[in-house]
Amino acid sequence: MLEKLQNNRNALGLAFMLPAAVLLLLFLTYPLGLGTWLGFTDAKIGRGGSWIGIENFEFLVGDSVAQLALFNTLFYTVVASIAKFVLGLWLAVLLNKNLPFKSFFRAVVLLPWIVPTALSAIAFWWIYDAQFSVISWVLMKLGWIDRYVDFLGNPWNARFSTIVANVWRGVPFVAISLLAGLQTISPSYYEASAIDGATPWQQFRHVTLPLLSPIIAVVMTFSVLFTFTDFQLIYVLTRGGPLNATHLMATLAFQRAIPGGALGEGAALATLMVPFLLAAIMFSYFGLQRRAWQQGGDK
Amino acid sequence: MAAGGRQVKEQGKPDSAGMDYLQTLPRRWVTVYIPLGIFVFVLLFPFYWMVVTSFKPNEELLARTGNPFWIVRPTLAHFHKLLFETAYPEWLWNTVLVSVTSTILSLVASVLAAYAIERLRFQGAKPAGAAIFLAYLVPPSILFIPLAAIIFQLGLFDTRMALILSYPTFLIPFSTWLLMGYFRSIPYELEECALIDGASRWQILVKIVLPLAVPGLISAGIFAFTLSWNEFIYALTFISSSEMKTVPVGVITELVEGDVYHWGSLMAGALLGSLPVAFIYSFFVEHYVSGMTGSVKE
Repeated sequence: MLEKLQNNRNALGLAFMLPAAVLLLLFLTYPLGLGTWLGFTDAKIGRGGSWIGIENFEFLVGDSVAQLALFNTLFYTVVASIAKFVLGLWLAVLLNKNLPFKSFFRAVVLLPWIVPTALSAIAFWWIYDAQFSVISWVLMKLGWIDRYVDFLGNPWNARFSTIVANVWRGVPFVAISLLAGLQTISPSYYEASAIDGATPWQQFRHVTLPLLSPIIAVVMTFSVLFTFTDFQLIYVLTRGGPLNATHLMATLAFQRAIPGGALGEGAALATLMVPFLLAAIMFSYFGLQRRAWQQGGDK
Repeated sequence: MAAGGRQVKEQGKPDSAGMDYLQTLPRRWVTVYIPLGIFVFVLLFPFYWMVVTSFKPNEELLARTGNPFWIVRPTLAHFHKLLFETAYPEWLWNTVLVSVTSTILSLVASVLAAYAIERLRFQGAKPAGAAIFLAYLVPPSILFIPLAAIIFQLGLFDTRMALILSYPTFLIPFSTWLLMGYFRSIPYELEECALIDGASRWQILVKIVLPLAVPGLISAGIFAFTLSWNEFIYALTFISSSEMKTVPVGVITELVEGDVYHWGSLMAGALLGSLPVAFIYSFFVEHYVSGMTGSVKE
């Protein structure tokens, strides 16, 4: 009887898993493997390639554009993630205060994250326009600059402009997720520490941060993951220019593989992103472990 | 002491207010209201700019004099151009069709998978749950090249079907993960009672678990819809003809002609493409927030 139930349970479980499993195996697991395989071939669009060993990787390691893309990706990820973390945490702490119209503020803050990135990037494109930028207009009126800033035309300006746009889009996610974490911290900790004479900064440093650190680990892992693999913002704002100064690995992989037709080379570039992603996932894993340990759970 | 504490509460000071009442008003302005105001201004400014630009006539857009923050003579010309001289309505229709279909497809698959993993507890349920979480971490940026090759082999290149079948790769892991959390919160006793009364597993799922998980279904549904509405890289890679494009891709690739940027209609396109998700979002803010934080926290 028990065995029958067990069988039944397994058969039913398998049947229920089937639709999701088929879709994911066919369009996620198989492409992951295929991508790695393509990286070792000279495949072109519409034509299967033949095995050429590590030629693609050898070429990419020596390719100055690919090296620049790796540097850009790391720079973009590190600077944008730190900015998103600091600003997001600050915004979360502000939203956690006892505010009038609290739910309204929370709703409004999340808006940049909800609308299509490609479309809000167009707004940034126009804000960064070399001749009609509204930022330049304001700075001119204030008398801080004497000519319009070429936001996207100069390598370092373009790097920072795209980072600002990315931070704008990512801060709401970090802030709202951390806010959810802040709301779980009991006010009695703050009362107790205040009675012991802790200043607001000490409370933040020794009460808020330690209690929030497990959620910070998870949120920042996701944030790093999204930033590292970002594509849309760069594609819309600069297409990797000027002089490849803003090419990320994802945009370069796209450019080489789809308009350029070199599927194999693009796939090799995408495969090179995997070690970094794995590092981020490990980070997330240990963050989760620590959270379970802190709660005394046996997860 | 206890009576005093109660008195404070009775005065209407909720526990969640914490010790904020200790701060003086000027201090609150400097530490809370002004920074928050700057945050909200910066986060909303691009949307304001989108609206202003899309109603501005070209002369004003390209004028160097005058105040750029305001419109002297608002015009609907950009919207007219967008709706009647470009394929924008078709892109909108494609986006709706692809988003709705892939959302429904993913939701059905996710409900079944989440229920199986969380409640049927078949052998290998735990590894399956872990695999779903790992799938959630695979970004489209490393998948689109091999997926393009597969789509091409299947003969789906440049069809809506290519998008409908590829979007579930990021929708299913996300929705399943979210729904697993919701199913976990439903008491076992309810299911056991139904089993004793002779209900089949399917009946339990449809008549007991799903009605109780409606908030989770709404969260997963609107989130999946938003994610597919906003999707860019697959739609850019798998679609080449104008009449098959989705709104984000169409606006980026078709409205930019050479070096002449039609800023007005570009912004109008961006605005119209953002409105549907913003509209849905305004009705389901709480579901969005719980969906987002739930997926991160679990």
